[in-house]
Amino acid sequence: MTAEADEPADVEAAVADAHRREWGFVLAATVRVAGSVDLAEECVQDAYGAALDTWRRQGVPRSPGAWLTTTARRRALDVLRREQTLRRKLPLLAEPGVTPGADEAMVDQEGEVITDERLRLVFTCCHPALAREAQVALTLRLLCGLTTAEIAAAFLVPEPTMAARVTRAKKKIAAAHIPYRVPGTTELPDRLDAVLTVLHLVFTTGHAAPAGADLVRTDLVARALDLGRVLHALMGDEPEVRGLLALMLLTDSRRDTRVDAAGRLVLLADQDRDRWDQAQVLEGLALVHDLHHSRVGRFGLQAAIAAEHAVSPSYAETRWGRVVALYDALLREWPSPVVELNRAVALAEVAGPEVALAEVDRLTADGRLAGYRYLPATRADLLRRLGRDAEAASSYDEALTLTDNEAERAFLTRRRDDARRR
Amino acid sequence: MSEYLILIYGDERAYAATDDAFNLQLMEAHNRFSEQIAEQGGKMVGGNALMPTGTATTVRGDVVTDGPFVETKEALGGYYLIDANDLDQALAIAKLCPAPFGGVEVRPIMSFPEE
Repeated sequence: MTAEADEPADVEAAVADAHRREWGFVLAATVRVAGSVDLAEECVQDAYGAALDTWRRQGVPRSPGAWLTTTARRRALDVLRREQTLRRKLPLLAEPGVTPGADEAMVDQEGEVITDERLRLVFTCCHPALAREAQVALTLRLLCGLTTAEIAAAFLVPEPTMAARVTRAKKKIAAAHIPYRVPGTTELPDRLDAVLTVLHLVFTTGHAAPAGADLVRTDLVARALDLGRVLHALMGDEPEVRGLLALMLLTDSRRDTRVDAAGRLVLLADQDRDRWDQAQVLEGLALVHDLHHSRVGRFGLQAAIAAEHAVSPSYAETRWGRVVALYDALLREWPSPVVELNRAVALAEVAGPEVALAEVDRLTADGRLAGYRYLPATRADLLRRLGRDAEAASSYDEALTLTDNEAERAFLTRRRDDARRR
Repeated sequence: MSEYLILIYGDERAYAATDDAFNLQLMEAHNRFSEQIAEQGGKMVGGNALMPTGTATTVRGDVVTDGPFVETKEALGGYYLIDANDLDQALAIAKLCPAPFGGVEVRPIMSFPEE
């Protein structure tokens, strides 16, 4: 503890900071003691409330996370002692066995090391017995400490709907005894894939918001990056964990150049590459470099594609042949029409827009991407490049019916009007 | 340990069309399954096959009607009641349960705090 009491504003900032950084750690450690997510959440909430008061009087502790964990766990134990009958039926089963290690051990007031339990928590949140949307909501709520209102706003769902979703998921965890455990080696690949998919979904929802005034929801992007770093610290040996973190870093490094001063969308070809976040680029490239020594999965391959763009001095000088080859490898790993569409964009640079358009038309005919806004947008761009302006304009119109994002709408409208004028 | 009910759903018409050899195989598969429950670390508490829904009678209040509660293509045809450590173990067991013309649903048994 620091010797003297801190300024109230400083304390508030310290609590807010601890909320942002430590919520998942504190909650995960408390679930182990409380045996139920609901009780743990209550106790952690209380601990943050107590922190505001105690830290004002006694100063901000050296390790806020440890203080909060000790306080929350004590509260949980108090409640459990009072409700002995409940204790016989612990809804969440914490199993010994795989103990996740962290780089920096956190030590509580009594000098005991507090184990980082966040891996258990993330695997519980992303359990296959829960629907994907519930997995996402629980992860944001329990590991990032987002409120139900914040999650509802991020995913454009009415708050009562999101509240019901979270409540139902928590009830199922307790009633069906979804374990609080890192899966064993045989289940791990599938289970880890679900965790990474959830993180990636949070990231992409933030990176290209489906609706709203801003193209990027920086709050969601930051949360996804935070979680990616936590996973990387705890499971850095898993290539796909490294791949996903690299992918998110390299993609996000372009954030400031994706819209111009007026908030208008700037395509990859026209972005000012000098303004890409170099720290993020370097961190991402280092992670991709490590991947060459291991079997690369779908996130690693996407990161490798992002890395090709990151190292290329300009759009024209991009090694498009390599990009197409990486998309081919990605398609083998992860057959998906969205990947085929992205491959077509790269193919246009190697084989020309006409060849790419044939690919896009094949994708349009096959129907799996019906309603996907980037399909008509890509088609429109290829038609524009081929000088087929009337067809381009109608494809832009089609894309416009599919997006509510203001930045994207402005871009598509501008392109459509250009095509009509020519 | 917690109890889970494994409900076996399947297309009744497909079951009706099977021959003796198939039925014998299916019976053996179920016998093997009861051993596999223990191999997975669980315990079989009970289980039964049900007569087809054509034999079902539904009662709502005072009204008695011929037929199942809900008409579905894939009907409930049998169940196992098992004891497992947690949902992961229960699901590992459920994956081994024979259900050639459909699938299974796993439902936790509701437990009540003891007095």
